[in-house]
Amino acid sequence: MTTALDGLRAGLLGIEDLSRTEIEAILRRAKEFQQQQAPGKKSDALRGHMVVLLFFESSTRTRTSFEIAAKRLGADSVSISVAASSVSKGESLVDTLNTLAAMRPDAIVMRHAASGAPHFLARHLPIPIINAGDGTHEHPTQALLDAMTILDHRTSLEGLKVAIIGDIAHSRVARSNVHLLAKFGAEVVLCGPPTLLPTELGLLAKGVKLTYRMDEAIRDADVIMMLRVQLERQFETTFPAGEYFGFYGLRQEHVALAKPDVIVMHPGPINRGRELSSEVADSQQSVILNQVENGVFVRMAVLERVFS
Amino acid sequence: MSEAKLVIRNGRVIDPAAGLDAVRDVYLEAGRVAAVGENLDVPAATEVFDASGMIVAPGFIDMHVHLREPGFEYAESIETGARAAAAGGFTSVCCMPNTLPVNDSATVTSYIIERAKQKSVVNVYPIGAITKGSLGEELASIGAMVKAGAVAISDDGRPVMNSRVMRRAMELAKGHGIPVIDHCEDLNLSAGGDMHEGEISVRRGLRGIPAAAEDVMVARDILLAEVTGARYHVAHISTHHAVAMVAFAKKRGIKVSCEATPHHFVLTDCDTVAYDSNFKMKPPLRGKQDVSAVLEGLVDGTVEVIATDHAPHAGSEKMQEFERCPFGITGLETAIGITLEQLVHPGKLTLRKMIELYTTGPARVLGLDRGTLTVGAHGDVTLFDTATPWTYDVNKTQSKSKNSPFHGHTYTGGPVATVVSGRIVWRR
Repeated sequence: MTTALDGLRAGLLGIEDLSRTEIEAILRRAKEFQQQQAPGKKSDALRGHMVVLLFFESSTRTRTSFEIAAKRLGADSVSISVAASSVSKGESLVDTLNTLAAMRPDAIVMRHAASGAPHFLARHLPIPIINAGDGTHEHPTQALLDAMTILDHRTSLEGLKVAIIGDIAHSRVARSNVHLLAKFGAEVVLCGPPTLLPTELGLLAKGVKLTYRMDEAIRDADVIMMLRVQLERQFETTFPAGEYFGFYGLRQEHVALAKPDVIVMHPGPINRGRELSSEVADSQQSVILNQVENGVFVRMAVLERVFS
Repeated sequence: MSEAKLVIRNGRVIDPAAGLDAVRDVYLEAGRVAAVGENLDVPAATEVFDASGMIVAPGFIDMHVHLREPGFEYAESIETGARAAAAGGFTSVCCMPNTLPVNDSATVTSYIIERAKQKSVVNVYPIGAITKGSLGEELASIGAMVKAGAVAISDDGRPVMNSRVMRRAMELAKGHGIPVIDHCEDLNLSAGGDMHEGEISVRRGLRGIPAAAEDVMVARDILLAEVTGARYHVAHISTHHAVAMVAFAKKRGIKVSCEATPHHFVLTDCDTVAYDSNFKMKPPLRGKQDVSAVLEGLVDGTVEVIATDHAPHAGSEKMQEFERCPFGITGLETAIGITLEQLVHPGKLTLRKMIELYTTGPARVLGLDRGTLTVGAHGDVTLFDTATPWTYDVNKTQSKSKNSPFHGHTYTGGPVATVVSGRIVWRR
């Protein structure tokens, strides 16, 4: 049996396996970084450590965020993206990994389109693996930075109503957030069209509710999290063309149903006019850029813990 | 070789077809059963096998295996697959046509039969494809394959989606007196799926294969079997609705039968290790209700056959991202151990009933003249015990492949020796 602590020592594969204590420790440390650090200032806490950022899927913010986090802690980082690697020449994942392992990195941060790919890696390599998003499974550092952002605006997660809206079925962000928020006693309402909201999602964790109606999800919400419609992960038609925004796009009229101090979040990149109106994206309730900023602090805390 | 004489002494002979369950000697000569009785007098040069404390049964038949030859010899060959069969207590296997080339012609059928004559320690019966290349469009050379020795037709793994083609295949199969075996999966419903659709697939972020993908096809096929009067056999049944539909069809007098694999009656989707491809197969490991229904079907006779769907894959094929790994697990060597563990020891099935599922069941479905130890029958004998604990070690498998979820599992009782045409081809 692996414990949550073993899970973190071996890296960070998902939120589901983490304990509340572990999560609190990461968030506390991230908060310290947020308060201490003048932008751009480097420490040498991780000097001499080599982090490989292995991105099998394109990503701007997550990869950059990890890279900045590693650099601010004084670690060396090498970034490998799929287009530039031998994977596109037909090399298998296991061979890519063996090749990388032979170069002796101290940790690998990995994003991959296949759910469980980092778990596969973790089973075969003796170094910590940090999941930067695997398929439609988990995106743990996103949930951590989301929690941190919520806590910038609220004193606790307990009892908060969090509406997560959009393509839940294909969202690793939703799964990680559900696990994290449920561990801290938040009420999570998942909302989307029935084709993107399998009923089994209600079994992910305690206190998870499902609804197909935006107004029901948003009424009295403390937090509205919008998800990107993941066209690249849909193998079939799940919604009639052109209808999505009309039913599940976030507009100002919806925001009015929530608590007056509601915050609106989005993991990015946003599609204005698809998941949310431009007006909402630029509104005072929007904390989207705040999320991006916190991403660096959370990833610093995760890297530091992995090497501690 | 056919001159060899063998006597199996003092075993508990259970031959359901003959209504026999008693301690007896079985004497085999010239590849056939020559005598069954107490304290048999045998010629001087006879090899003696002491089977005291063991079960002596007619040779077990596995009507659903993949031997991978021709075309995928890196994963298995007729020779190694047959050795794994013998080590699992099987004396006959039926090999599915998804080879390279696909067994859709008399040429490939004959090739398999010839290779088996040279290389196989067990009897090999080829199953021909339903359609050319198993592409679901044009009918394969069904008549020629039957003449060459195919015992059934199936597009296993790539089911015929076109109902009209399936209907015609059933009509032709009826004319040739062979059954149509279907791997029931609506390919549109299952597309992209990696495991049973349910709580676990949603939790792991894996695309699901809904139970309905199987149910829809079983329903269609039963209706077509009724229209055509063909003998129809459901491969590796896995859902509770499918079991109920087969029971319903049998009651209506439709010529329907079905098989279950050990993994489908012992494991659920909850038992799968996350992203471990040794738990990835089609149909996928289903929910608790489904496994219970398959078990009940085995007990009440709805399920007449246990087959393994032995599906070897080379290590390199299984060492990839879960969603890229091929479907299938090996199963020949663990079948008896699992069946004893899950069905016999808990008292759900008698030994006699278990033996029927491996002998008279498949022999009846396929019309084979095997599955009994009466005098004059083929000298195929499966010897197993029900008490000795043993642990399955995939590194010692006779198969070329090691993709089993049962590695490290301990069973009570298992195969002891396997006799084909009067010769011991494997012993523990």
